[in-house]
This record gives sequence, structure tokens and C-alpha cells, in this order.
Amino acid sequence: MTMIFGIPLQAFLGQLLIGLINGSFYALLSLGLAVIFGLLRVINFAHGAQYMLGAFAAMLMLEYFGINYWVALILGPIVVGLFGAVIERTMLSRLYNLDPLYGLLFTFGLALAIEGTFRYLYGAAGQPYSVPAQLAGGTNLGFMFLPIYRGWVVVVSLVACIGTWLLIEKTKLGAYLRAATENPVLVQAFGVNVPVLLTLTYGLGAALAAFAGVLAAPIYQVSPLMGSNIIIVVFAVVVVGGMGSIMGAILTGYMLGIAEGLTKVFYPEASNIVIFVIMAIVLLLRPAGLFGRDA
Amino acid sequence: MAPLLQVSNLNAWYGESHVLHGVDMTVGEGETITILGRNGVGKTTTLRTIVGIIRERKGEIRFAGKDMANVPLHKTAHNGIGFVPEERGIFSTLTVEENLMLPPVVAEGGMSLEEIYELFPNLQERRSSPGTKLSGGEQQMLAIARILRTGVKLLILDEPTEGLAPVIVQRIGEVLKTLKERGMTVLLVEQNFRFASRVADRFYLMDHGRMVANFPVAELPGKMDMLHKVLGV
Repeated sequence: MTMIFGIPLQAFLGQLLIGLINGSFYALLSLGLAVIFGLLRVINFAHGAQYMLGAFAAMLMLEYFGINYWVALILGPIVVGLFGAVIERTMLSRLYNLDPLYGLLFTFGLALAIEGTFRYLYGAAGQPYSVPAQLAGGTNLGFMFLPIYRGWVVVVSLVACIGTWLLIEKTKLGAYLRAATENPVLVQAFGVNVPVLLTLTYGLGAALAAFAGVLAAPIYQVSPLMGSNIIIVVFAVVVVGGMGSIMGAILTGYMLGIAEGLTKVFYPEASNIVIFVIMAIVLLLRPAGLFGRDA
Repeated sequence: MAPLLQVSNLNAWYGESHVLHGVDMTVGEGETITILGRNGVGKTTTLRTIVGIIRERKGEIRFAGKDMANVPLHKTAHNGIGFVPEERGIFSTLTVEENLMLPPVVAEGGMSLEEIYELFPNLQERRSSPGTKLSGGEQQMLAIARILRTGVKLLILDEPTEGLAPVIVQRIGEVLKTLKERGMTVLLVEQNFRFASRVADRFYLMDHGRMVANFPVAELPGKMDMLHKVLGV
């Protein structure tokens, strides 16, 4: 058997793949958080709940309307994005003139309310959501067995991340967004409706979280707590990457996912804390984060 | 003919502090008006209140016949008022060209990109650089240029020459003269007296949150003693 650093190659690559998959979710989620924080200056604690809503949207659409995975992958984020936009317009937008702590507390309360509601309705236990038939099964790469669905998750989240990055860095809408992040008053004086831009941005962030949620449904089980389990790690990812840096959030998501996977190979006991250890080190050496613009 | 901009008994507040105490002024179409005054008398506040950035205001602002009191900030530009702030407001995460293209075009009659690059050749050379990598003078040019694209009728400039080298100040003076030839109306706040006397048609002198004098450029020589005393220069 081929060995690498005294570890069977298969185990190594297997964990690398798991790391890459986890990294895909970290990247998608921290990207949404970074976009929201960049423009709204709100630390969106409801992000995990919105991820969970995406998974539930897929499951409930299938259960009640027979809507399949492929349609749910589009429709779920749209529904959750609209829900986010309504929340921003009716509630969150009232807090912008107050201390940022209010936005954090509001989204935290919102997350608790959403999760509590779903726990009440569906119980805390996870419910299965099957892999779409087209992506079922796996393929033998020679050195390892790759479940096709997991390969799909890695590819499609990469596409979503790059697409979002292009939207923000290369389009006119993205230029408004970046400019409004720096100086919202001036952008508004130029004739851009910044309040609508804020609503769109929060909706987009929520939709990205829901997209990750739909992707996650067949891998993890659909559970009201799935969001709060992952969101703490995602916050650590954002801290390591630097708040508000889009590319930083994406790269850090993948990097830390892989770091976590590899730790499982070399020192399994530490795999649950390695991201937080990295966060502590980054905070000590570079408080603005690896890709943060300023301290 | 009614003036393009008519400000009557304008009062404005920063929280508790009452800054403007009944500003009256008019700006005719095609005029270049300069507001003079010592630091802290409310010149910048006057501009920001007219634009609508400062919302705690009372009194009347009438632009092209329309009452601007309830116009939201993001509609000011669409009504024909363009603003170049004192700090210039160049965006560091946008390239020069993105900065230039950022403000939406609100009316026909603005300059084309070609005309702007002809007027500001440096901006074309550096169009892919990040906006804030430009020199102070180039940033000021960019801040003015991006408003000229939009087709606004009134250009409001807050101390365009502040902190700039004499040769750049002269260049900005030439730009303002070109704009005047094109019929642009300009309202500016300026500390640089010589610069102001070259570009302005008429002056307002401001003190303690209101206008205390108003005279055309022809009367400037006769007012110099008074101005030196009031402005403390």
C-alpha cells in the first residue's frame, strides 16, 4: 500500500476530500457573511439559520410539492433570499443608526426564533434527503472511491464562489456595492438608492447560505440544529480570513476545511479544535485577519 | 427669470448644535458662485444641506422650481444637483475608470467619456489604477470628472483647491472656465481667494451661519479691506 508520511494514501486523500467538502460549505457561508458585513456592518448571526432554512426548503418542497433537487437548488435560495430581504426591510434596517451590537443581537434572536420554530415543528432529530438519482453512486479514481455527489458539491460551490466574486468585483452592481461599503452617503448623493442596495445584499447573503443548505441536505441530515453546528466554525473562518474581504473569505474557507481534514489524518484528536487554534494564532499575529485590509 | 437655485431662510442642525441660522442665497443658471468665510462659519454645512446629506433642516431649497425639502438623498442627483465633497470621496476599492463611471447618468447633456479623457488626459492613462493611488490633484480631477458625466445642471464643489500645488490649482481653474463656457452652473466654497476671484461671477460672504454680504466679482477690489478683516487673511 502506498504510504505518505506514514499514513495510507487512501486515508490521506479521503480526508483531504472531506476537508475540501467541508471547506466548500465554509467558503460559501463565510462569503455570504463577508458580503453582508462589508456593506451592512451587521454580523449576521442568523446565517446558520438561513443555511438550515435552505435545507428545509428543499426537503419540504419535495415532501409537499414533489419539487426535485435541481429545482430546489434554484428555488430554495430564492425563497430564503426573499425572506431575508423582507427581514432586512422591515426590521434590520431600523437598527442601522444604532450601535452595531443591536444588529448582532437582533440576528442572534432571529436565529433562535427560527431554529426554535423548526425544532418545535420537526423535532431535533435529522431527517434524510436523498441524493438526486443523477448524482448517486460513486466512481473509483484508482487511488480512492469518490461519491459523485461530493465531487458535485466541490465543483458547484467553487462555481458559486467565483460567480459571486465576479459579480462583486467585475460588474456595475458590484462597483455600487464596493463604493457603498466605503462611503454610503456619497454613493447615495450620486443618485444610487443605497437602502435598496442594502436589502439586495442581505437577500443575496441569505440566498447564498440557503444554497449551501440545499447542497448540504443530501450529505448531512436536514435538522433544525445543522446551522448552529456549523456557524461557529464559519465565524472562526471569517475571523481568520478578515472581515469584509470577499476573496479572503473564499480562500480561507477552503484552506481551513482542508486543514481540518488533514488534521484528522495526522492527529485526529485535534481535528475539532484546529480551526480555533489557527484563529487564535492569527488573532495574535495579524488581528485584521489574513486578508483583512486594516486592523 | 427665476434663479436655478433659491435658498431661503435655511436653518440646519448637527444634533443639538444649530449651525445654519437662516441662509438666503440665489444661484442663477450659468453662474459661478463662490461662498467665502472663515473656518467653521457653516460653508460646508450649507453645501451639504442643499445636497440633502444633512436632513435636520428647515427653510426652503428650491431647485429649478422644485421644492427639495422632501426629496430623498438618492433623488438629489436625479433632480440635477451634483456634489464633489471636500474629502473628494474617491473609492479605494474601485479603479479610476470604475470611480469615473460610478455616478449614474441622470440627464442628457453630460460629457462623454471621450470628452472627459480629453479634458483630463491623466485619468485615461491611469484608468486601471486603484482610485486612491492617484495624486491629490488627480483625485480632485477625478472627483469633478465623474460628476460631469452625469448631466447634472448644478455642480457643487467643496474647497476644490485645498492642499493642492499651484500648478494643479491653475489647472482646476481652467477646467471650471471650460465648464462655464459649456453653460454649467457652479456653486463652490473656497478659501483660496486668488483662485476664487479668477473663476467666480459673484460672491457670498458667510459668517455665523448666515450670508452677510453678496457682491459681483467687479466689486471685489473695493471690498478687499473689508474681506481681509472678516476673513482674517
